[in-house]
Amino acid sequence: MRQSLKEIIEALPYQPPFLFVDALEEITENGSKGYYQLKKDEYFYQGHFPNNPITPGVILIEIMAQIGLVCYGIYLAKEKLKDQEALLVPIFTSAAVDFLGPVYPEDQLEVTSEKIYYRFNKLKCLVTCKNILTNQLICKGVFSGMIVNKDKIDQ
Amino acid sequence: MDKNKIQEELKNIIAIYVPEKEILDNLTLEHDLINDLKINSAHIVDIVLDVEEKYDIMIEDDVIMQMGTIGQAIDVIHGKVQEK
Repeated sequence: MRQSLKEIIEALPYQPPFLFVDALEEITENGSKGYYQLKKDEYFYQGHFPNNPITPGVILIEIMAQIGLVCYGIYLAKEKLKDQEALLVPIFTSAAVDFLGPVYPEDQLEVTSEKIYYRFNKLKCLVTCKNILTNQLICKGVFSGMIVNKDKIDQ
Repeated sequence: MDKNKIQEELKNIIAIYVPEKEILDNLTLEHDLINDLKINSAHIVDIVLDVEEKYDIMIEDDVIMQMGTIGQAIDVIHGKVQEK
């Protein structure tokens, strides 16, 4: 992974067990692509469901948002801000998704995000999630979020 | 362009983003998009993009801050349309 992509993952505000980005393949002006492999013992499998672990849809949305919106949004915000120091906070504002298949422990996901627009600090993208092991499209939808400076968050 | 016409058109644009539609029946110029109409602040961006497309105008980052109420939004749109 390129150093600049590693730095984006390091800049993410999440920590395990809620960090859902293993690697980024590329981020450009127009989109992002990254990967996450579900661990065998993710905390949510204890309850979803007992003895029948299936990845919750909300977690799939989170994985897609972290790679497709937050990593990508940090990249875009950094480009815009250049070298200005800022503590950037991601805000998830909406998602409309279709789930097309189940995801089990140890499945490996590839998330691809394409920009619809990035204006007034709002990023709206078409995000798709593919299971690399089965080559099946798992989830697809439109995601929006804003990356804001921490000082502005209380307004 | 007539401000009443803009008001009517703006009402149609914002309608899909207003969670409680009843408010639209008695819409006034004083209604604040976020505080009164309860529009998700990220949807303000969608409204601005819809407005830009409808009137073929460009709204800059700092101008969006001046569009707090229906009346202010109409003034901004009216001004931009006049400038064209």
